[in-house]
Amino acid sequence: MPNFDDDGGDRKLCIIVSKGTMEWATAAMVLGNAAIGEGIDLHVFFTFWGMDAIIDRRMDKLKVSPVANPSMKIPGTDIGMANMLAGLPGMTAFASSMMHKEMKALDVPPHREFMQMVADAGAHFWACRLTYDMLGLKKEDLWDEVDDVISASDFMELSDGAQIIFI
Amino acid sequence: MATELIGGVELDVDEEGFMTNPGQWTEELAPALGKEIGIDELTEEHWKVIHFLRSDYEAQGETATLRRVSTLAGVPTKDLYKLFPKKPAKKMSYVSGLQKPTGCV
Repeated sequence: MPNFDDDGGDRKLCIIVSKGTMEWATAAMVLGNAAIGEGIDLHVFFTFWGMDAIIDRRMDKLKVSPVANPSMKIPGTDIGMANMLAGLPGMTAFASSMMHKEMKALDVPPHREFMQMVADAGAHFWACRLTYDMLGLKKEDLWDEVDDVISASDFMELSDGAQIIFI
Repeated sequence: MATELIGGVELDVDEEGFMTNPGQWTEELAPALGKEIGIDELTEEHWKVIHFLRSDYEAQGETATLRRVSTLAGVPTKDLYKLFPKKPAKKMSYVSGLQKPTGCV
């Protein structure tokens, strides 16, 4: 029978989310969701631009930018988008809506729903104290499921013995 | 190919122990598979998931992911983690006589 390793479940993973763009927030949740589905204790720490992913009024509006992103190709081609073109008004919104559709086709949930799924599975979400102070945020600005605002030292204690992924 | 004797039936299994021939699975077998992985009793909620997985497999040819079970069978994520603790995707597939899901989400 498969080794479900219920008792040896002391593996812990910390994901540091430092970017608040759609693609990197999604990457964090794909990995986090996979981790927690394997019985791994999961902590996600949001810092700097990654805070957008847990600021309640912003988290439904994450974007992906084609500017300075040579890996983003004109759809259906191998041609990267020239920065001059990518910088035109509306291009970020266009790229974001394209990516949103592509994700949806693969049944990847929108960001808030994805975060809720991972929260329901038992993950912990932490906000970075320094960024929180720098942006002048209040508790009510954060998404409900965020456990707390913690310092860099708190994070060091929390991540004791954990594997860490920095995104 | 490896085989394993579970519930009095000789089953084809892969190296991880998942059944490789979904046709060998029967409803009578599910409780025995559950016991193998520490689920002592299959409740109505377990059966809801198992029945969905079996019928979805018939239609799609692959095992549904947790996301698919929660959205299409209407079993909330929280409940899936309670019914099949720690590794719900693998455990629900195992009890249903299917391979673990290959999808990422």
